[in-house]
Amino acid sequence: MTLAADMPMDGLKTRAEALFRRKRMVAIALPLVLLGYLVYALFAFNVPALLQGASLENGATLIRDSYSYKTHVTRDNRSGEVSFAIEGERKGEYAPGTHPDWVTIEGDDTITDLGGGHLVHYTADGVSYEIPGYGTVSAQPGNGGVNATFPEGALPEWINASKNRVTITTDAGRVTITRNRTEVFRYSLGWELFFFTLDSPYHGMGPGELLSHALSGEAGAIWDDFWNNAMWRHGDVAWALVETVLMAFLGTFGAAIVALPLAFLAARNFAPLMAVRFTFRRIFDFLRGTDALIWTIVLSRAFGPGPMTGALAILLTDTGSFGKMFSEALENVDGKQIEGVQSTGAKPLLRYRFGVIPQVTPVLLSQVLYFFESNTRSATIIGAITGGGIGLMLTQAMITQKDWEEVTYYIILVILLVFVMDWFSGWLRRKLIGGEP
Amino acid sequence: MADQTAASIEDASPAEIRESYLAQTRRKRLYSGMLLAVFVALMAGGFITADSRNAGGFWDGLHRIFDFPAGVIAETVEKIDRMPANLVKFFPALMETINIAAAATLLGALGGIVLSMLATRGMARWPRLIPVFRRIMDVMRAVPEIVIALVLIFVLGGGPVPAMIAIAFHTVGALGKLFSEVNENASLKPVEGLASVGANWSQRMLLGVVPQVAPNYLSYALLRFEINIRASAILGFVGAGGIGYELKNAIGWGIGRYDEAAAIFLLLFLTIVVVDQFSSYARDLLTHGRKKEMLA
Repeated sequence: MTLAADMPMDGLKTRAEALFRRKRMVAIALPLVLLGYLVYALFAFNVPALLQGASLENGATLIRDSYSYKTHVTRDNRSGEVSFAIEGERKGEYAPGTHPDWVTIEGDDTITDLGGGHLVHYTADGVSYEIPGYGTVSAQPGNGGVNATFPEGALPEWINASKNRVTITTDAGRVTITRNRTEVFRYSLGWELFFFTLDSPYHGMGPGELLSHALSGEAGAIWDDFWNNAMWRHGDVAWALVETVLMAFLGTFGAAIVALPLAFLAARNFAPLMAVRFTFRRIFDFLRGTDALIWTIVLSRAFGPGPMTGALAILLTDTGSFGKMFSEALENVDGKQIEGVQSTGAKPLLRYRFGVIPQVTPVLLSQVLYFFESNTRSATIIGAITGGGIGLMLTQAMITQKDWEEVTYYIILVILLVFVMDWFSGWLRRKLIGGEP
Repeated sequence: MADQTAASIEDASPAEIRESYLAQTRRKRLYSGMLLAVFVALMAGGFITADSRNAGGFWDGLHRIFDFPAGVIAETVEKIDRMPANLVKFFPALMETINIAAAATLLGALGGIVLSMLATRGMARWPRLIPVFRRIMDVMRAVPEIVIALVLIFVLGGGPVPAMIAIAFHTVGALGKLFSEVNENASLKPVEGLASVGANWSQRMLLGVVPQVAPNYLSYALLRFEINIRASAILGFVGAGGIGYELKNAIGWGIGRYDEAAAIFLLLFLTIVVVDQFSSYARDLLTHGRKKEMLA
């Protein structure tokens, strides 16, 4: 109102109109600029080519494997021997003479029931697969090739047949026939052998049975079989999680311990010498600017792979961040408290201890705890590079591109770990400081 | 609590007050001492554990810490004439890393704005669903980028897009939380005013809330951009393209390609420092500059 009274009305009107025009321009231009950038990024990242190269099959495998597993029933076509192995791995092999309960053996005939009426017969001279609604595919693999016979009519697209190889993929499972061997994959729900592997006497026991065994003095053996499960390696996974937390813990709190005294030297009100202040600020900038990635590479050359390297990389980067943040907090302290302590005749060290530290502790502590939580996440990535912790296990499991249920397991563990750390640092913050900062 | 002490102070003699104060101090010191002892034990135990599980020990490696940098620098000095060419050679990769971070920050901020408004009391479109949206943000924030990046690299193939999606996903959660804190301090009067003239939800948010909170949003987004540049460099190292990928190759070759590694180090370092300085200057302007302007 006072503005309007001071100046002529038409001048104000034209200025207001100009302002509106400008705002309108911005309101239209800004989204256009953002949209333009995203379109540019679309082409810079070559998204169309990426979408063409994307493998939906990989995605489907990943999703299916995350909640199911497959058992291989393999017949050696030369010797006629049949073997059973979960995920086709040695450590998942059934002992000779045992087999899953969906397999029936009648003399020379081994019948694999894939469910839904799908039956695969391994007989003395070959293999036959009864497919409901289609017919029976049979084959006598030998020197001349697979020698498969199919029902009349054109081959459906889920059968892939050539002279030396036939692959049949149905909803119930998959059958692969080559000259040397025949394999049936049967999918089952769940994570296989999560608690005990097949060679453990406790495999297949229910919780009640296990409990009674545990109470009769076998608790140690049960725990041992679970902890050293060759398939899921629970012991190694637990250690990897500990390593990840350890990297974050040592790195964050080590950085805080190193940065606190240095921050005094970079704060305007505690380091009167411009040169000192400038030097330490540049040191902090350097530590922060040389990203954790570079520190990890440099340090792993000196210390080798492992959690110590990761911890030191986090420590160095965060010393830079904390140094900057702490010195800013120190510049904002109230001088009156320090004067009060000084008036009692306290020496400089005591002045800092009782005049400064109590003022900045809540701010610093909450910052450190926030970093602790976010460093748990960083430690996963750093672990993948430097070779330690759950990050390494995750990348290894991914590189083999086989055990997606293990990948799912690790992902769930990582997310749970971050959740727990988030909750823990929040709890500690509330306990130590009282209320959110 | 305050009433009790006030009452007891009136009744108590000075000596009693002194005694209870000293007892309280002693107790406090004991707790602090215990806490400190636990912390020191954890640090020492953690150090020893980490040291024993590391391939090379801490004390063995300490004197070798400068060997690798020295080797890199020596080779760089030897081939200093190649430096400009190397810098030019890796500039496109750097641009890719920056583009990943920028696009991810942009998409993440847009998602974060919407989610934060849906999760703020007084602004939410569906007030009953506020806790749901908060949980969604927590989950998005908790998932480490590398997890999404690795899964997407498997499905989509290597390249910048998996990294961008992974970083954007995390950014939505991280910025959403910060934005919702900003939203809580925004005045709801413009929103009510707009509601009274019949504006719909998106109009109320866009015209009533965004102008109030835009400087703070921008400031947080800049901070996030800086963090995301680091994240996109590091994800490149795990196979997502950009300067991290080039760095991995240069390092993998070992001696003979260290001049290239040095050029990449330099580019990455300069980028982070420039963005860091620019964003802290801009954030200072956005949060403090405005106040000065308003007061003047």
